[in-house]
Amino acid sequence: MNIDAKMVDYVAELAKLRLSEEEKLRMGEDLNNILVYMDILNELDTENVQAMTHVFDVNNVFRADEIKASYPREEILKNALAVEDGCFVVPKTVE
Amino acid sequence: MSILKLSVKELRKKITNKEISVPEVVKAQLAHIEKTNPLYNAYHDINKNALLRAETVQKEIEAGTLDSAFAGVPVAVKDNICTTEMTTTCGSKMLTGFHSPYNATVVKRLQKAGAVIMGKANMDEFAMGSTSETCYYGAVKNPWNPEHVSGGSSGGSAVAVASYGAFASLGSDTGGSIRQPAAYCNMTGVKPTYGSVSRFGLVAYGSSLDQIGPIAHNIEDAAAMLAIISGYDDQDSTSLKQGPFDFNDCLKEDLEGKKIGIPMNYLGEGIDPEIKAAIYEAAKKLSELGAECEEFILPMVDYAVPAYYIIASAEASSNLSRFDGIKYGYHPKKFTDLEDLYLTARSEGFGMEVKRRIMLGTFALSSGYYDAYYQKALKVKALIKQAFDGAFAKYDTILSPVAPTVAPKLGESLNNLLQMYLSDIYTVSVNLAGIPAVSLPCGFNKENLPIGMQFLGQALSEKTLVQLAYAYQSITEHHHKKPQLEVL
Amino acid sequence: MAEYYSDRSKYDVVIGLEVHVEMSTKTKIFCGCSTAFGAEPNTQTCPVCTGMPGVLPVLNEQVVQNAIAAGLATNCEITQNCKFDRKNYFYPDLPKAFQTSQLYLPICRNGWVEINGGNGKKKVRIHQIHMEEDAGKLSHHDNTGETFIDYNRCGVPLMEIVSEPDMTSATEACAYMEALAAIMSYLGVSDCKLEEGSMRGDINVSIKPKGSSVLGTRTETKNLNSFKAITRAIEWEIDRQIDLLENGEKVVQETRRWDDEKGIGYTMRSKENAHDYRYFPEPDLAPMHISDKWIAEVKAKIPELPQQKQARYLNEWQLSEYDAGMIVRSKALALFCEETVALCNEPKEVVNFLMGDGLRLLNENGLDAKDMPFAPKQLSDLVSLVVKGSINKTTAKAVFEKIFRENIDPIEYVKANNLEMVSDEEELVQMVADVIAANPKSVADYKGGKKAALGFLVGQIMRATKGRANAARVNELIREMLQD
Repeated sequence: MNIDAKMVDYVAELAKLRLSEEEKLRMGEDLNNILVYMDILNELDTENVQAMTHVFDVNNVFRADEIKASYPREEILKNALAVEDGCFVVPKTVE
Repeated sequence: MSILKLSVKELRKKITNKEISVPEVVKAQLAHIEKTNPLYNAYHDINKNALLRAETVQKEIEAGTLDSAFAGVPVAVKDNICTTEMTTTCGSKMLTGFHSPYNATVVKRLQKAGAVIMGKANMDEFAMGSTSETCYYGAVKNPWNPEHVSGGSSGGSAVAVASYGAFASLGSDTGGSIRQPAAYCNMTGVKPTYGSVSRFGLVAYGSSLDQIGPIAHNIEDAAAMLAIISGYDDQDSTSLKQGPFDFNDCLKEDLEGKKIGIPMNYLGEGIDPEIKAAIYEAAKKLSELGAECEEFILPMVDYAVPAYYIIASAEASSNLSRFDGIKYGYHPKKFTDLEDLYLTARSEGFGMEVKRRIMLGTFALSSGYYDAYYQKALKVKALIKQAFDGAFAKYDTILSPVAPTVAPKLGESLNNLLQMYLSDIYTVSVNLAGIPAVSLPCGFNKENLPIGMQFLGQALSEKTLVQLAYAYQSITEHHHKKPQLEVL
Repeated sequence: MAEYYSDRSKYDVVIGLEVHVEMSTKTKIFCGCSTAFGAEPNTQTCPVCTGMPGVLPVLNEQVVQNAIAAGLATNCEITQNCKFDRKNYFYPDLPKAFQTSQLYLPICRNGWVEINGGNGKKKVRIHQIHMEEDAGKLSHHDNTGETFIDYNRCGVPLMEIVSEPDMTSATEACAYMEALAAIMSYLGVSDCKLEEGSMRGDINVSIKPKGSSVLGTRTETKNLNSFKAITRAIEWEIDRQIDLLENGEKVVQETRRWDDEKGIGYTMRSKENAHDYRYFPEPDLAPMHISDKWIAEVKAKIPELPQQKQARYLNEWQLSEYDAGMIVRSKALALFCEETVALCNEPKEVVNFLMGDGLRLLNENGLDAKDMPFAPKQLSDLVSLVVKGSINKTTAKAVFEKIFRENIDPIEYVKANNLEMVSDEEELVQMVADVIAANPKSVADYKGGKKAALGFLVGQIMRATKGRANAARVNELIREMLQD
């Protein structure tokens, strides 16, 4: 699998990472090296193998629909970039 | 200073016998940390309220309301575990100054048991690393030789204990991050069965792989800590529905009938010959205790590292998306609009290794590649678990190295990414299969750097592993050896 | 406002709906914060629903139960082994930067709902229903260029109901949404109030040349929150698309928004990569196995649904389709009606009262049917009085109003106020004789052919008896007496 510059841009965009041109080059190289190495997995025939998302066969973990006290607003907001009128504030979203 | 070299068990005895008070211990501990931290950088944020806490705990002990195995014991907590006191930074610029509004479940349990948290321990940024050199707040140095790394990502947790800056510590292990620094620093560490210790409050890296576990001077102390933090938590949906571990009846020295499998394909090329020798020496000792050691071939060993990095990076890429500069964490000084805020916060807040793994993970999940990479890795994960199931049908435990080398020198590892990733070969499969493992000292190399080994077990076989480690430590002295700390 | 000329006769319209329904559980889907509407910003939040580092979700069982009920009520297959997945994207209303949803194994599939969209009955198929969490609320301040975020709504459980593109008009689309709203509110799963946002619709619209089997490019218009908006948005989009095609242009696949004030739709500036959400199974939640037993338990608790009720009313009570349809719109009203009919066995009378003065009075007083200020017994007693002939219709109307406003007992009230209809034959005959004697001119007029004079004479008696006379009988008697 070869990751070209376009792919690096695409992935960086999805991940909301800004990379300098040099970083993009290096990133592309690093990723390519890693992925070449990971191709070793293709040696394995996994056609009849189920993807294992959870290690143990546990199902139906639920909680009851009972109200628990919410946190005081100051606690939730205390680490925020900006706060006003009890809300988190960000620059206007571009739609 | 000598009290700081006691084990947890020994310290507890002295406290119970009123030979020493908790404030005395904590005072000595703080003074010691002041000297050692500039050298080894184990801690990031030290607890300003440690002495106050010590006084409270002392009163409770005297009143008879507190009697646990960790009452009054100074501990360190890895900085990716949320605490309301002290910051939680995950070794990253992205969380500089972050004050969590809540305590992790394991922290609550330790507090209830009367432990005194001395501070938050430094680590590889967001737990991504094997040397603790990617820590934004500086690398953590190995007390056995400060020119060498501590190991990672729980380097600070291991070094805090190894340098007598705490009696025990909490680390986290996603691909070996408790076991490898424990091995590099002559510590005993446990990566518990997935789900046996609550992850609520552990800043997620690889959600299906992460576990919190103890690091201490010996298995008895580590097991005592594990007993306190383990057990069902209704705030963690992956928490196994069972009570805390009870290790009371497995501190035995007899290993009669225990079958130990040694994967010969772990001990071929690529491993340091001194480590290989130490493993075989350990096998001999275990046989003396009555165990039966046998070499075998463990299937799937070459596939564990790639499967691990795909799965861990994929999950991490999603887990780390919440760091956007808005709700908490690093706030960029200048930005023009929302998009710019996201890009700036994440680009200035994350280090290069974190960005690399986010990119790798994002790629592995992206449209068109999901099947070939992420899905494929999940299937390989299933095969790896099967391989262990097969092995544990024959053996009570698998004896394995922890790392192919002893602690490397600072600055050597980050240049060769693949080699660094491959050094996780002995540890990652354990996380993929969700099984437990204990890492403990089994020797030293010519340069007096520690060598560690692992006992792996089937899910929820912690008692067997603790017993094996206890028996081994009852007839060996490696774990008693002490580093020459520069400061004293 | 853009106006489009469009010749619809040349085109088929294809419409699909994605309806988001907020569940009326007490707590959020993954944490115990309250879901109550209208609280101060960020006062119903916790580290879990605000995506703090280190938090984990725990699933609210009621959410799953509600989803199963919704699926059964819409004839879906329940996916007995299902799970949650993460849908990853960045937006300020999404604190974790992923929405926990269901892509690979949604909880319900392949159902349908019957609607009457103006062209008779029709089945609209449901592709799937899945569970997911709602995002926070953004409020944009144009003057400062800032956006305020309130996470109270973040984590409120949602069901997304995705239809097949089986609808062909705005009328059908609204009928479909109304049918869903009725079912969901009957189940008690959601209060389906579009104005409050507990039900929202995204419309997918495409057009194709009439009779063609090839579907056109569709556009999506999101977050419509009134039937009026849905109708207007659909009509406008149809016209816009036809206009494009007629001018030789292509319809671009895109997401749009509808400005109901201005009456226009516009493109959402979609920047990137057509949404690569990188779905993967949620590792922090256990998969669900929904047993046959659980399904049966939920099924047993499903109440009679609107369509079944409607059919039953038609059958048992011989109500008109219109009347039956109106009553079932409100579960509370339907139940009240049933309880009353159970007592007096006069469905048509009961329905008349409830649909007429009943609804009028409820509306005037801003009340909901579930807050009816009197009991079924009172209405039943009133109806019995009417049917027995003890009071006439005019009196009954007045008494009903008293019952509503003052919660009186009709039987006592009628007695106490002497409101019984005068039906005694002797008395009536006497009164008729009296009125004939007293109004010779009207009598002459009537005999001379002026039918209206009869009404006058009846009216005189009604006035004298304060409306209590049996008007029909009086009418008969006057005619009899004046025949010779």
